[in-house]
Amino acid sequence: MSKNSLGDYLRRFSVPLMFLLICAVCAPISGLSPSYLANEIVTRMGRNAFLILSLLIPIMAGMGLNFSMTLGAMAGEIGLILVCDWQIVGIPGMVLAMIISIPISALLGLFCGKVLNMAKGREMITSYIISFFINGIYQLVVLYLMGPVIPIKHGTIKLPRGYGVRNTVSLLSMRQKLDNLIPLTIAGVKIPVATFIIVFLLCLVIIWFRKTKLGQDMRAVGQDMEVARDAGIDVERTRIISMVLSTVFAGIGMIIYLQNMGNIATYSSHSQIGMFCIAALLVGGASVDKASIGNVFLGIILFHTMFIVAPKAGTVITGDSMIGEYFRVFVSYAVITVALIMYETNKRKNKSKESQQLALSQEEEVNG
Amino acid sequence: MGKAPLLEMKSIKKDFFGNQVLTDINLTLNEGEVIGLCGENGAGKSTLMKILFGADSIRETGGFGGDIILNGEKVSFQSPFDAIAAGIGMVHQEFSLIPGFTATENILLNRESKKKSVLSQLFSDRMDTLDRKDMDTRADEAIQKMGVNIDKNMLTSNMPVGHKQFTEIARELSKEQLKLLILDEPTAVLTEKEAEALLDSIRGMSKRGIAVIFITHRLGEILSVCDRVITMRDGYVVNESATKDTSVADITKWMVGRDVAGSDANHVTEDLGADKKIVMSIRKLWVDMPGETVRNVNLDVREGEILGIGGLAGQGKLGIPNGVMGLYQAGGTVTFEGNDIPLNNPRKCLDSSFAFVSEDRRGVGLLLDESLEWNISFPAMQIQDKFLKKYLGGMIKWRDDSAIKAVTDKYIDELKIKCTSSTQKAKELSGGNQQKVCLAKAFALEPKLLFVSEPTRGIDVGAKSLVLDALKKFNKEKGVTIVMVSSELEELRRTCDRIAIVSGGKVAGILPAGEQLEKFGELMLQNC
Repeated sequence: MSKNSLGDYLRRFSVPLMFLLICAVCAPISGLSPSYLANEIVTRMGRNAFLILSLLIPIMAGMGLNFSMTLGAMAGEIGLILVCDWQIVGIPGMVLAMIISIPISALLGLFCGKVLNMAKGREMITSYIISFFINGIYQLVVLYLMGPVIPIKHGTIKLPRGYGVRNTVSLLSMRQKLDNLIPLTIAGVKIPVATFIIVFLLCLVIIWFRKTKLGQDMRAVGQDMEVARDAGIDVERTRIISMVLSTVFAGIGMIIYLQNMGNIATYSSHSQIGMFCIAALLVGGASVDKASIGNVFLGIILFHTMFIVAPKAGTVITGDSMIGEYFRVFVSYAVITVALIMYETNKRKNKSKESQQLALSQEEEVNG
Repeated sequence: MGKAPLLEMKSIKKDFFGNQVLTDINLTLNEGEVIGLCGENGAGKSTLMKILFGADSIRETGGFGGDIILNGEKVSFQSPFDAIAAGIGMVHQEFSLIPGFTATENILLNRESKKKSVLSQLFSDRMDTLDRKDMDTRADEAIQKMGVNIDKNMLTSNMPVGHKQFTEIARELSKEQLKLLILDEPTAVLTEKEAEALLDSIRGMSKRGIAVIFITHRLGEILSVCDRVITMRDGYVVNESATKDTSVADITKWMVGRDVAGSDANHVTEDLGADKKIVMSIRKLWVDMPGETVRNVNLDVREGEILGIGGLAGQGKLGIPNGVMGLYQAGGTVTFEGNDIPLNNPRKCLDSSFAFVSEDRRGVGLLLDESLEWNISFPAMQIQDKFLKKYLGGMIKWRDDSAIKAVTDKYIDELKIKCTSSTQKAKELSGGNQQKVCLAKAFALEPKLLFVSEPTRGIDVGAKSLVLDALKKFNKEKGVTIVMVSSELEELRRTCDRIAIVSGGKVAGILPAGEQLEKFGELMLQNC
C-alpha cells in the first residue's frame, strides 16, 4: 500500500521534480550569483503572481485552463494606453487604468463564458481560439479606432500617420511605482512590498471565496454539472461568473505586470502571456482540474528560475544566446502538452482500474 | 380512517405519442404508510413515479391525464423542484452525488447553511460564507433520522456503494418539509446487511409519519417492510393487496401474469436440441458495462439455434453481447468453433464472422447522416472487402455503387423498410425502420453468429413482428446462430429456442422457450 502511494506521489509531482532537476543542473553552469538569482525571482514573483492566480477560479469551476485570460490582458492594456495618453502618472494612473479595464474585462468575460457554455467539455480549445478572435478585434481598436473614434492626443503614443498606436508605449511615468511604493531591501534583494501585499490580498480573497456559497457551487459545477443542475444550482450562470472573475483579475494582473516591465509592446505583450502563465502554473504541479495557491508560487519559482538560468547556461555551453530563448518557448509548450496528455491518461487509467476491480472480485467469488 | 389521505392519484393516464403506457391508475397513500410497487420492466412504475415527481420528460412528451391530490389539494408540478417544495423526495437509481464532496456537503447540496458577510450585502447572497458547523449538525440530524451510521466527513468518491445510497437518502431526510419519499430500487446495490439496515430505516421513517413508496424487485423486502403492495403490468394496476395477505409466489404470478395456463399449450417445454454441436462457449466472462455489469457468466451457444437472453433491466443481460463484441472492457474466455476469440477487440470479433445489432441504435448502430446505401454496405465493405471494385491487383479499391444499390434495394424490399429511396438519410427514418436498417447491415455481413440486442425497443407493434420474423427467417434459411437479448419475455418466448435468464450479473438458469412463465419469473428474481 505504501509503495503504491509513493509511486502515486512521484507521478503527481513528476513535473515540478523534473523542473527542479533542470534548475539544479543549469544554475551552477550559468555562473549567475545567488543574489542576482534571488533578485530576479522576487521581481518575477511580483510581476506574474497576480496573473497566474487569476487562472485558479475557472479550474475550480471545472472549465480547465483559461487560455482566454489573454482577453483580460488586452483590457488591461487598453486601460493603460488611455491613461498614458491622458498623462495621469504613478499610482493614480494605475488605479484609473484598472478601473477602465474592469468593465471591458467583465464584458469580454461574459462573452467568453456564454460561448464556453455552448462548448461544454471543450472549454480549453474554445477559449484558446476565442483569444485569437478577440486579438483581431483588439488590433482593430488599437490600430484604427484609436485616433479617429477614441481620441488619442499624445504624439509619443500615436503613430506618425495620425491614427493608431505605436508598437511600444512607454510607461516610464509609472514604471515600478507600485513595486517601489514601500521600499525594502533585504540582503541585497529588493522586495516589491506593495505588490506582494496586493498579491497576498488576492490570495486571501481566493481562500475566502472557496468558503462562500458561490465557491461551493463552483466546486459542485466543476465536478458534475448534471448533479449540480438537479440540485437547483444555475450551472450556466455559475460558469459565466467564474469566467468574468478570471478575466477581471487577469486585467488587473496585466497592469501590475506592465508597470513592472515599464513599457507596453502594444501588439504582442498579451499574446504569449496566457501561455507562460499556464505553463508556470502547470510546472507548479497543478493539473487541468486541480490547482492551488501553492502551485502558483512553486510554479513561478521553478519556471522562472529556468527562464533565467537556461539561456545563460545555453550561452555558456554553446556560445549562442538564442538557444536559451528557443529553449524557454519550447519548454512552455511542452509542459502544457504533457499536462494535457497526463490529464487524459489519468482519466483512462481510473476507468480501467474499475474494470480490474471487477475481475478481481469475480476471482475471489470463484475461488471462495 | 377519518383523515384525508396524504396522496391520491386519480385515473392517471399517459401515452408516449399514441403508445399507451399507463391506463387508469388509481393510488392512495396515507401518512406514514409504506407501499411496495412492483412489476416487470416497462410495466409503468418509473413513468408513474416521474409523473408524481413532475419530471421534465413527462411534460415534454405531452403531459398526462388524471389528477394528483396532495393533502387534499390538487397539484400540478411544473418541475421536480415544485414537487420537492411540496414535500416529495425521490431517490433515483443513479446516484446524484458530487464525487469530491463529503457526505455532509452532498447531503446539503445547494441547501447549505450560510453566514452573512460584507460582500453579500454588496452583491448577492451567493457571496455568503458557508457555516460549516451548522452544516455538520444538520447532516448529523439527517443521518440520525435515517438510523444508519455513515461517516459524514468521508469523500463520496471513497465511499462504498451502499454508503452513497445512504447519503442520498439522508439528503432527502434533511429536507424538513419531506412527507413522501420515493425509493426507486434502493437495495439493488446494497449488501444484505446494508439492505436490512435500510429496511429498518424505512420502518423508522414510517413511524415519524413519512410515507414511503418503495420500488424493488426483491419481493421479500416488500413483504417485510410494506403495508400494502401494488403490482403493475403493461400500464395497469393488476393487483393491490395488504402484504399480510400475499406471498412472493402470488406477486410473481401477478407480475408476469397473463394467462399462465392457456397460451403455453402449444409450446414445447422439453429441451430438444441437447445433442446439437456447441458453436460458442463463454467462460468466466466479466464485463464492466455501467449499469449492466456482468460477472462470472458461463454460457454455451448451440449451432443454428436462437438463444434468448432475458432478465430485468440492470441485471447484466445487455453486458453479455457488448462485452463479447469488445465494446466494453471485459475479461474471461470466449471460444468460437474451437478458436479463442480475443476480448476487447471488436475487429477480431467481426473478422470471426460475428455481427452485432446494438441496442444503442442511434449511437452505435447507424451513421445517422449518411444514406441507407452506405449504412447497409459500410461494415461489409470495411471488414470483408465486399462491394468494392479492385484494380491493379487490389492496390486500388473503388466503391462499387451499383452493387451497393442492389443490395440496399434487396433489403429495403425484404424487410419492408419505409423510405423514399435508398439514398435517404438514416436519421430521417422512424425508429422501427432504423432498426430494420440495422438488421440489414448485419445481414449484409453474412455472419455465422449474430448478436441482437433489444431489437424491438421503442418500435411499434407492426414493425416488431416484422423484425422478429426477419430474424427467424434469417436463422432458418441461412442457418445462422442468433443470440437475442430482450427485456420482453413474451417476445423471447415467441422467437427463441432456449432462453437464458440473467440475474445479478449471472446466468440464473436456461429454460426451453415453452416453459411456464412462473419459472422464468423465479429465475429473474433469483439474485437481484
